[in-house]
Amino acid sequence: MTRYAPARAPAYAALACLLLALAAGFLPVLRLGLAQGLQGIDPYIVRVLSFTLLQAGLSTLLSVALGLPLARALARQAAFPGRALVLRLLNLPLALPSIVVIIGIIEVYGAKGWLGGVFDVYGLQGILLAHVFFNLPLAARLILSDLERIPPESFKLGAQLGFGARDYWRHVEWPHVRSGLPGVALLIFLLCASSFAIVLTLGGGPRSSTLEVAIYQSLRADFDPQRASVLALVQLLLCATLALIAQRWGGLSAGWPMLRLSARRYDGADRPSRLADGGMILLSLALLLPPLVALAAAGLSRIDVSPLLLRAMVTSFTLGAASAALAFLLVWPLAVLAVRSGPWRKVMSLAVLTSWIVPPAALATGWFMSLIAWSGVPGVAAFLVIAMNALMSLPFVARALLPAMAQSAAAHDRLCLSLGLSGWNRFRLVELPVMKRAIGLSLVMALILSLGDLTAISLFGTQDVVTLPALIYRQMGSYRFDEAIGTALVLGFVVLAFSSLAERWSAAR
Amino acid sequence: MMKKTLTALFALFAVTAPAVAKETLTVYTYDSFVAEWGPGPKVKEAFEKECNCTLEWVAPGDGVALLNRLKLEGASTKADVVLGLDTNLTAEAAKTGLFGKHGQDLALARTPVPWTDELFMPFDYGYFAVVYDTEAMKQPPKSLDELVNGDPAQKIVLQDPRSSTPGLGFLLWMKSVYGDKAAEAWAKLQPRILTVTPGWSEAYALFTKGEAPMVLSYTTSPAYHVIAENSERYKAASFAEGHYLQVEVAGLIETSPEKELARKFLAFMMGPGFQDQIPTNNWMFPAGTTSAALPPAFGQLVKPEKTLLFSPEEVEQNRRAWIDEWLNATSK
Repeated sequence: MTRYAPARAPAYAALACLLLALAAGFLPVLRLGLAQGLQGIDPYIVRVLSFTLLQAGLSTLLSVALGLPLARALARQAAFPGRALVLRLLNLPLALPSIVVIIGIIEVYGAKGWLGGVFDVYGLQGILLAHVFFNLPLAARLILSDLERIPPESFKLGAQLGFGARDYWRHVEWPHVRSGLPGVALLIFLLCASSFAIVLTLGGGPRSSTLEVAIYQSLRADFDPQRASVLALVQLLLCATLALIAQRWGGLSAGWPMLRLSARRYDGADRPSRLADGGMILLSLALLLPPLVALAAAGLSRIDVSPLLLRAMVTSFTLGAASAALAFLLVWPLAVLAVRSGPWRKVMSLAVLTSWIVPPAALATGWFMSLIAWSGVPGVAAFLVIAMNALMSLPFVARALLPAMAQSAAAHDRLCLSLGLSGWNRFRLVELPVMKRAIGLSLVMALILSLGDLTAISLFGTQDVVTLPALIYRQMGSYRFDEAIGTALVLGFVVLAFSSLAERWSAAR
Repeated sequence: MMKKTLTALFALFAVTAPAVAKETLTVYTYDSFVAEWGPGPKVKEAFEKECNCTLEWVAPGDGVALLNRLKLEGASTKADVVLGLDTNLTAEAAKTGLFGKHGQDLALARTPVPWTDELFMPFDYGYFAVVYDTEAMKQPPKSLDELVNGDPAQKIVLQDPRSSTPGLGFLLWMKSVYGDKAAEAWAKLQPRILTVTPGWSEAYALFTKGEAPMVLSYTTSPAYHVIAENSERYKAASFAEGHYLQVEVAGLIETSPEKELARKFLAFMMGPGFQDQIPTNNWMFPAGTTSAALPPAFGQLVKPEKTLLFSPEEVEQNRRAWIDEWLNATSK
């Protein structure tokens, strides 16, 4: 039987781009390191590594454990007032610079905070609190997108069979969510493992250093490529192992073809379910809202509407949109193959982790060394910021696209084959309408991630390329803390506006 | 969206514009120097009026990032002048071999220690200090020793010496007072440390939000609150052992085609056109000649009885070992 075989050339091109980026970033640092002879791993690195695993592991566990019931509650209660706003709020934390979140958290839980004394903010508790604030919404958002893809026929069937809430969970929801969970957990783990300012500030000092801090120190403060290479190799091994584990445990729920886009659910209307769901949603809001409200209270009257702020908004948006587009162009051709072939899926799951495998600080140093001849040319800085942000958002884009792509492949491959539909026409007529939600989510996530980026902009930014987070840091560096929080609020509004736009676009038929 | 990317891509291969008649002086500096409210924009305006040239700022991050950028670029650097390294970095910077003699009169440098460096000229300086909140603390420590041995319930926020200039400054301060006993002193101080932040901003934010009554900052910090916020709430504590000094310097690139212009800039840097911008824009003390006396708020600041400073060579040779010592003493 003939099978639908998508073109491979675009995927090879995307892979070549990623390999080039990786080589240009890693090889110069590795070469410098090798020239001085790689050294063994000392007790300090072991200590740092075990703390990294501990805090990131616990943060991931908590975020997923809370994100899963929240996602289910939001999926079951599809029509309560304010639901749309809650969904948009879930996009917010990902874009906020860590220093802003730290301030929000101490405004609430710190010595002078509204709920001072509830948590011990300086220690593991503080780290977990901040990481859950960042990642519970992310987990809920990604899991919800899986739940929303359950075909309505399943619920119809469940209703006919007289399913209770537990039956729905066991036979309908869990099978759909299970395959995606390892991917979600991997993303959150990587985010927490590379968390820097939060771990140092709320961790209480150097005893809570992570691998990222050690890499930063060796490349920046000590300028020691030898040690940086060893650390980067440790990180590479860690990420690759985790990616392969996640890949083995996870998978793609190609599932049943879906006839309608939005599922109507027949469960969750009884009183106990509504109480449980309402409680879960309120609990999450109780975690998310206070720091955000505290920030709004501190910064709302201090928004400094200057040409500088407007320029930073435009710069942030332009760079973010460009990197979201670039990330999408890199992931799409790989995803097309990955949903149809096991080996390609393995390749892709590693390829999208490029910028997480090689720590951004190392990647940036390498790129800089490779591009040194062009360092004075205008536009290079902007290009590097875009490229690095695109790389950072690859796993998010992939996670948002793959399940929907798998579903579409299972549903439409035969039809497309018989109609001779492929390439651009297939994208335009089949994938775009069917996958609108996933495409919208992937672009918004990439955009939000870039909007909140500080790594790339602080490595490559120049006097003229200033984004909102860079402006926030500049203001804080000159005693202007409240104005900085005002700028962070503007960043928050931008994120909310884009989330609304994207949702409206993907809801339109 | 793609258009921007493509433009950027093409820009990679674009040929640089043909030389214009006006000379351009490229000055590398740290980012907060060129922020809209920093001294950079005004200095540029004043110098361009005098030199009939264009001054271009390039700001690749903070002082350490600046030095790393130079190390990566080596002889191909586009910089004519590098402005904003401090004396903890000058020995390492000199080792790159990129810097030439500044050719300025050393007597023009008004620093607390006599100036002898022929490669780098100072443009401002400041003293590190423990700044405290008068509303939360009535009896601030009067010495580093009192800080180390004081009540652990009254906390201080410090910065990480691996990623922060004040953090490194405090490490050197401890070392210059306690010498071989620094590790023990750190262990004693440990219960008083609320947390150690990656940069000055995080620490100062925690402090002004009331998380701790003390923070490591500069003696000039109170002047900001007096001048910009009309508040006397935050004060610097004067320490009997003396205060550690930070001197910020500039140097010129030996192989620069604009060496004459670079020398002119360094001479300009020591005069009022540059120095007048330092106190209330960079919140440091001017190391050259200003046209008027300092603002009154600067007169009330702590004047250290003793200035502590390691030579650039001592810092360069020992920094790594001293940071490891600190790590061992505090990360248990």
